[in-house]
Amino acid sequence: MARPTERLARLPRLPFPWSAPPTPRGVEPLPRPPRAGADYDTDWARRPLARVVRAAVVEAVARPAVAVLARPDRRGLDRLDRLAADGGPVIFAANHHSHLDTPLLITSIPEPWRHRLFVGAAADYFFRTRATSALSALALGAVPIERTKVARRSADRAAALIEEGWSMLIFPEGGRSPDGWGQPFRGGAAYLALRCGVPVVPVHIDGTGRILRKGQKLPRPATTRVTFGAPLVPEEGTDSRRFAARIEQAVAQLADEVTTDWWSARRRAHAGTTPPLSGPDAPAWRRAWALGDPDRRRRRERRRWPPL
Amino acid sequence: MPRPGFVLDVDRSTPPILFHHGEGFRLEKLPPDRSRVVYPAEPLEPLEDPEGAIRHALENPVGDSPPLRALLRPGMKLTIAFDDVSLPLPPMRRPDVRQRVIEAVLDLAAEAGVDDVHIIAALALHRRMTEAELRHAVGDRVYDAFAPHGLLYNHDAEDPDNLAFLGTTPHGEEVEINKRAAESDLLVYVNINLVSMDGGHKSTATGLASYRSLRHHHNVRTMRHSTSFMDRHSSELHSSNWRMGKVIRDAGVKIFQIETTLNNDTFGATGPLSVLQKREWEWTARDRAAFLAMKAGLDRLPLPARRRIFHSWRAPYGLTSVQAGEVEAVHEITTENVYRQQLVEVEGQTDILTMGLPYICPYNVNSIMNPILVMCLGLGYFFNMYRGRPLVREGGVVIMSHPTTWEFHPVHHPSYIDFFEQVLAETTDPVEIEARYEKQFAEDEWYRHLYRTSYAYHGVHPFYMWYWGCHGLAHAGKVIVVGGDRRAVRRLGFTPASTLQDALEMAEDVVGRDATITHLHNPPLVMADVK
Repeated sequence: MARPTERLARLPRLPFPWSAPPTPRGVEPLPRPPRAGADYDTDWARRPLARVVRAAVVEAVARPAVAVLARPDRRGLDRLDRLAADGGPVIFAANHHSHLDTPLLITSIPEPWRHRLFVGAAADYFFRTRATSALSALALGAVPIERTKVARRSADRAAALIEEGWSMLIFPEGGRSPDGWGQPFRGGAAYLALRCGVPVVPVHIDGTGRILRKGQKLPRPATTRVTFGAPLVPEEGTDSRRFAARIEQAVAQLADEVTTDWWSARRRAHAGTTPPLSGPDAPAWRRAWALGDPDRRRRRERRRWPPL
Repeated sequence: MPRPGFVLDVDRSTPPILFHHGEGFRLEKLPPDRSRVVYPAEPLEPLEDPEGAIRHALENPVGDSPPLRALLRPGMKLTIAFDDVSLPLPPMRRPDVRQRVIEAVLDLAAEAGVDDVHIIAALALHRRMTEAELRHAVGDRVYDAFAPHGLLYNHDAEDPDNLAFLGTTPHGEEVEINKRAAESDLLVYVNINLVSMDGGHKSTATGLASYRSLRHHHNVRTMRHSTSFMDRHSSELHSSNWRMGKVIRDAGVKIFQIETTLNNDTFGATGPLSVLQKREWEWTARDRAAFLAMKAGLDRLPLPARRRIFHSWRAPYGLTSVQAGEVEAVHEITTENVYRQQLVEVEGQTDILTMGLPYICPYNVNSIMNPILVMCLGLGYFFNMYRGRPLVREGGVVIMSHPTTWEFHPVHHPSYIDFFEQVLAETTDPVEIEARYEKQFAEDEWYRHLYRTSYAYHGVHPFYMWYWGCHGLAHAGKVIVVGGDRRAVRRLGFTPASTLQDALEMAEDVVGRDATITHLHNPPLVMADVK
């Protein structure tokens, strides 16, 4: 028996010009404009109507969902007071554990940035199809960023938005943590900050990996903590590599602050002994060991055998 | 450019004037052609970069002091003391300036590799600060780093094991302060100088002292000779503290003083209370509507609800200056900065001084303003907001507006209850009160226990409140309280009046007809420079 798609194909086609014409053989077809991926045009998602829809999604859907799933404890917002008074665009750079990080941060970032924010999202993941592209652009304010290669177009588009007064949320690790530890920060956030002359706010997220880590299908509620750090302004004559290292160091110090306390973290920061985000340089089992056991519920025994 | 404070001569065109009245307000028409109103200055522009200014002050100290960085070294004992919940008033919005300063100091200490750090709330005989109050003052970051390890705590003026006797002044005043502070290699004191009385040697010599030490300047003789205690050079209270400061210095206690001043932005330029910060003739239709709505709402609410609303207010104060280094040099600059905001020149004294007392004074933060505190706020603090001569002439009348309810916070003010019920029922004479009752209350074991383990003011504290107002009490010929609980007002030894007009009529019996009237439009804070 023929499949439904095959049956559909057998239906008589409407004649041209009611349907698209076939391309004659031997003729080079015109290149199709990209409808997804890194070249996806997200301008429409920053028009007034889309912004209203996004604000509604953030406040009516994302906020309650985050409150239930992540129970966030937000700290360090006082460090942004002066920036808030200036009101200019800012780049928020955070570590990345989970898909929950974006809604958690979008609902944590304070005004005046929250509703004038775009998210640097992986073009090869969030913009794979037209549907995911549209959804990401509308709900998250996502803008595609190439993470597999250097793409001038991605950078130009992000820079143009920052210059228009939009703030950016970016995860400089380039993807979610595969094992619970951080990955080296890439230079995108630093490059954009230097190019546009805007400050970078380091942000540390703790706990989202327990809710929905990479590879996990269903979320499990847990508590999270979002810690905002003091804004970093590029020093005179610095380059994006050094500035990226400084951002990574700032996020590592925030991680230390969360794990221990602010005073211990400051002492280690000044002594140059802040534990790196990437964890110990050791075999995988020791890295996993060093993470501790954040998910106690996994310990619950599952019945392997039918009841006797 | 903020406008300075000024004196308004009241005429027939002057609108009714705002009087604070506890957890409410009154609008009062002052008699024309013989009344004047002293208005506070508008808030000075706050520093644009408070963190930068704090760092600059720590690196560039005044007086004979090296930068803080040079005083810090690994292995040293560092103690940071800070002003308690009584400052500022009302409490300021987060981040509190103490948090900003303490974080900056700790950052330098961390850089220098200092490990042994204690942080102490310098509360003298005030009640202990709760966790929430400490968190508000020093911030969550500092609290979470120190308090769980017992390194951030309240000073205990009754802990014999943790007090150090440092010596005696030439006037026979014993100096005994917190042992940890005395034995530290460096004591950093973080002040909020809301009024000119705060800071200087008074910070350590009072804030970290014991009852044994405090009684030498918190007494009737000293307070009567402090004219006023807002003017250090005419204040016996300060002279005594300065003598003690010298003993502390000679005993080898190294103090790095940090003093900060705030602007007058008590109620904000926008928001529900902004109307309280404006001059009455400049109230817009919106301000008037807001005021009427607020007043109507407050009048219909029960007192506890009104109290909760007012005590939840956090003032948007801005930092106007920060200076650090040697105590006296720092304090000179600080005082000038306080005066820059608060001082208003006033020509001559007046026969009748009127003032509306607000819902808060230094000793009822998150608490109840009991009748003794009403007396202390009116005759202690507001009466003393002068330099030169008191605003009211000797033998003149002080009229205060406050509900003065017969109500006490049982946890915060247990000894106040007994003071009011037992002592004031016998006499209101400060000298007699001091001689007959002070020792008994000060050494009462139960009060001592409550002060040390609960959240009670020390047993002797209501006496100090009474002494605080004794200069005003001796100076004024009569004190009238408008709109107060009659029984409570009479217990204080004052005269109750239903309305301001009644009070002015009563005042005529003392100062005669056509007496001059001056209204101190306070808060926001204003200090009269009386010529």
